Amino acid sequence: MLKSSQFNTFRTALSIAIALILSFLVIFLVSDQPVEAIMRMITGPLSSKRLFANVIELMIPLIFTGVSVSIMFSANQINLGAEGSFHLGGLVAAVVGLMVPMSQGVHPIAAILLGGLTGAVFAAIPAILKIFTTASELVSSLMLNYIALFLGNYILSYYLRDTTAGALTSHLLPESVKLQSIVSGTNIHIGLFIALLTAVFGYLFLFKSKLGYMLRISGENEKFAKYSGMNIVTVILISQLLGGFIAGVGGSVQLLGMYRRFSWAALLGYGWDAIIVTTLSKKNPLFVPLAAFFLAYIRIGADIMSRSTDVSPEIVAITQGIIIILIVAEQFLSGYKHKLVAREARLQMETEGAE
Amino acid sequence: MADTILEMKNIVKIYSNGVVANDNISLSLKKGEIHALLGENGAGKSTLMKILFGIETPESGEIILNGKSVAIRNPLEAIKLGIGMVHQHFMLVPSFTIAENIILGVEPRKGIFTDMDKAEELSRRISDEYNFKLDVGEKVENLPVGIKQKVEILKALFRGAEILILDEPTAVLTPQETEELFIQLRRLKEKGHTIIFISHKLDEIKQICDRLTIMRNGKNMGTYETTDLTTKEISRLMVGRDVVTKFDKAALNLRETAVSIRKLEVWNTAGTKKVNGLDFDVKEGEIFGIAGVEGNGQSELAQVLAGLIENYKGEYRIFGETAKGLSIKDLRSKGMSYIPEDRMTYGIAENMDLLSNLFANQYDKEKYSGRIFLKKKPMEQAAKDLISQFLIKAGSFKTKVGMLSGGNIQKVVVAREFSDDPKVIIANQPTRGIDVGAAEFIRKKLLELRDKGCAVILISADLNEVMELSDRLAVMYKGEFSGVFKDVSALTEEELGRYMLGIEKDEGLEGIVYA
Amino acid sequence: MSITEILLSPDFLFVVLRVTTPILFATLAVTIAARSGVFNIAIEGIMLIAALVGVIFSAKLQNPWLGLLAALIAGGAIGLLLGVLVLRLKTDAILAGVAINLMASGGTIFLLYLVSGDRGVSSSLKSLSLPNIAIPVIEQIPFLGTVLSRHNILTYLVFIMVVIVHFMLYKTPLGLKIRSVGENPHAAESVGINVHKIQYIALAMSGVLAAFGGAFLSMGYLSWFTNGMTAGRGYIGLAANAMGGSTPIGGLIVSLIFGIADAMANVFQTGASLPYELVQMIPYITTIAGLAVYSLNRKKRQERIINK
Repeated sequence: MLKSSQFNTFRTALSIAIALILSFLVIFLVSDQPVEAIMRMITGPLSSKRLFANVIELMIPLIFTGVSVSIMFSANQINLGAEGSFHLGGLVAAVVGLMVPMSQGVHPIAAILLGGLTGAVFAAIPAILKIFTTASELVSSLMLNYIALFLGNYILSYYLRDTTAGALTSHLLPESVKLQSIVSGTNIHIGLFIALLTAVFGYLFLFKSKLGYMLRISGENEKFAKYSGMNIVTVILISQLLGGFIAGVGGSVQLLGMYRRFSWAALLGYGWDAIIVTTLSKKNPLFVPLAAFFLAYIRIGADIMSRSTDVSPEIVAITQGIIIILIVAEQFLSGYKHKLVAREARLQMETEGAE
Repeated sequence: MADTILEMKNIVKIYSNGVVANDNISLSLKKGEIHALLGENGAGKSTLMKILFGIETPESGEIILNGKSVAIRNPLEAIKLGIGMVHQHFMLVPSFTIAENIILGVEPRKGIFTDMDKAEELSRRISDEYNFKLDVGEKVENLPVGIKQKVEILKALFRGAEILILDEPTAVLTPQETEELFIQLRRLKEKGHTIIFISHKLDEIKQICDRLTIMRNGKNMGTYETTDLTTKEISRLMVGRDVVTKFDKAALNLRETAVSIRKLEVWNTAGTKKVNGLDFDVKEGEIFGIAGVEGNGQSELAQVLAGLIENYKGEYRIFGETAKGLSIKDLRSKGMSYIPEDRMTYGIAENMDLLSNLFANQYDKEKYSGRIFLKKKPMEQAAKDLISQFLIKAGSFKTKVGMLSGGNIQKVVVAREFSDDPKVIIANQPTRGIDVGAAEFIRKKLLELRDKGCAVILISADLNEVMELSDRLAVMYKGEFSGVFKDVSALTEEELGRYMLGIEKDEGLEGIVYA
Repeated sequence: MSITEILLSPDFLFVVLRVTTPILFATLAVTIAARSGVFNIAIEGIMLIAALVGVIFSAKLQNPWLGLLAALIAGGAIGLLLGVLVLRLKTDAILAGVAINLMASGGTIFLLYLVSGDRGVSSSLKSLSLPNIAIPVIEQIPFLGTVLSRHNILTYLVFIMVVIVHFMLYKTPLGLKIRSVGENPHAAESVGINVHKIQYIALAMSGVLAAFGGAFLSMGYLSWFTNGMTAGRGYIGLAANAMGGSTPIGGLIVSLIFGIADAMANVFQTGASLPYELVQMIPYITTIAGLAVYSLNRKKRQERIINK
């Protein structure tokens, strides 16, 4: 039997397993070649260097938004604006790239930093509203995401647009600002290192620094934090500023690493994906890359599957939803958990009684 | 001769933390009487009534209603059997009118709609029947507390309650409202209702109740005719120590004045004035005990001292400096430490491990953190030391605090608050609801700190604790000090009980302040 | 035409009522759930699923009413599902709602492809839409006739729904129970009300209302389904409910304000004095500003009570 401390890992693994099995069941119902479809989904990404690279490429933005949301949720600030911060991060990087010429080394750094700052300011708006008016950061951040999108569209249409190109898109980004590929033959860019560094930074911040400690305690029990002398306003501000910054950086990195032009006319959804990543990684930035990898893997796998079979890639959306629910549902396996805990308590009492 | 309407026989109730709330209790109720259930907090009277109303189930025992043995598994069944309960914390919907609250769940209908006219008519009728004189169209949130209580009583009567349980009904009433309540109760009695009146207010019980049952430490100390006992005798039965533990105390060595309170007035969130002009000083090196039945303003006083209530009138000085405008962090940096009454809400983050919980008040001190980062090794070592010093029974510092027993959780709180080099300790019911071993340990620790020169303010409803530990003892009653004792060893429980229950009150409080 | 002329023109007001319809359905859906004490963020996903289900059934059965019915059943079912997740499995309401929205967003694309082979727009489904109605006498009235007549039947329905929901909440026993459960579940329990049962009912109703909103998008104004066609209206419903104080009438007023802002965006697309993209922001900025003002007021009111 397990120790109760291993329970959570067990439950996460079981949740993933059940979600995958249910998805496979759906594939069976839906496809004429279910076994082949499932095999393609599971092994597809491993079948070629380019396909596996796609997984890594998709993982990068998910790490950024995952860390961002992990930090905000750890402080119990349910700010869903990572989506908008990310978008603005990309926008600002495009603006810096196209309108502010700089030399090769400095250009991307400036673009990314400004993108991060923009993301931070953007995420601060719900925070400030909450501090001064008690307005829900959830609702205001949802609205702000759309504002970010329209702002992006506006600047794209009126300032960045390349009218010679067919669709609505910006001019070509200059080479000086782009992030170069680090693995030949793929699009994997240096942003991967930045992302991994961000995860490490996020972990160090949340679990090793004074501020992170304050955020986590406050997120767990705000009354306890207040009683202990912690400043809740600081918590609200720092968590959302930092979260917004990281999401903004993510957006900049994504644009400069994966795109030749800025053409984001819709929100990309990485902010919502971040919620899955955060749930899987239990708000621990160190596990975010793992969770991000898993999510990217099944996404690409589903994509590959859809190209050669008759199953749509969106089956993954169902998998993701089930995973979130099973991991977060406290009652899921709660009976089993109680048995584990009771058993340990009994053992402890028995050993004490023997003393 | 009135018949027995209700019998509770040999009720045993043990809570999951091991506390024996009801220890083989039997209670017998006569039809048409107003029966008082007396006892201090923790005596077990609330539990017994919760069992009667179906909120709790006993380990063993029998309930016999009108001669028939019944099982009461939930409030709905209790209501059906004609038992109604008026809780201390009202179960009303604030935005609803009186009528809506009364008919909730049994709404009269007109087609698919609620027949509000009928609802108001029915409510008015029952209100008049018992002479309550209520405007049933008024919204509950606008009503004063006394009227809200009447609505609660009407709710129970509307559902056909023959037996009414009133849980500390006058705790929130003004004297006038209390008078009115008594008039209503007498009317109810005339109509044949039986009333259980839970209280610790002796003067009121003397006024209104026919018989009384006294509970102490989960046991029934006896049922008596109210006229047969004096308040002094009642007090002696109610307030007493079964176990007398003596502590070794070092000689008193007073130093600076640490805390100084003048003319303190505090209101609670409902707008009731709970502290009504307190003055006192506490010096380093003494334990200043505040005895009293819970609910007389101690909570509010403690919260002001800990910085959790900022809205108060009067003066609060800590080491000579005024505390108004100081944040909790500032107060703590002056040496304030607080053991809260409600450890689960304020004292810990239950889903986090011991390591995280033990340093919430001192993590940013130099020994535990640098400019940015926490110092892991010192914290872990300190955690280990605290766990062994405070005999906290936990697997390791990685154990989640919520998994520990109540006593051990309190020890975590105490370990944290005592290890931050405190100069002023406010201990609010520090040993409530925990096992004997942990309680003893915490009390010893309080004495240790006092010997080291700490100023300790001990607020406790536990007689043994407050009598044995205090160097000076004040009794809080209705938001004021009813008495102060400089020589605690000469004080008897009976005398203390009288002050706690408001039977005796001193005018001049000598020794309460150091002028 | 000047801006004022445009804003006061009957055509513009017609558009306002039209675009308010889905928003108002969403708002009412949030309101019922909120009054029972459950935060339903899944409105967005329910609307989307209902929009697709309606189109599919309408096309396959060649009957728009059966399509609508299917959409409503789907909506109610998901409302109940949310109940199971939050009440039975004790999932956090926000995360459960987000999970449902994510599954809806991808799931509708999946289902559409499965059923029709279409990706993106349900072009191969010949879905029948719900009728627009020209009201006989009103039609003839100058100005008012243009504003009020020839709307889709669901537009008329949503405004009737405001009245129905209002009456349900404030004049029926069920509404009384729902409000008691949301305001003080202990009070409800103390009189024997089954709190969870009431919440399930409220969530089912919430799902049905959201489904109406979704059905309007794909079967009222248009007659096809597009990926992501709800475009955040479910979230706007959350904001509108908050600002309207969780009441149907309040929700109506706020939704209309939002509808006006949304219609302005439509109008300015052609009348270009402000760039379209900036005009699109107006509804959302209005909502945030309104939310801030409303919350600030509430905070001040509470402080006044404490400081008395």
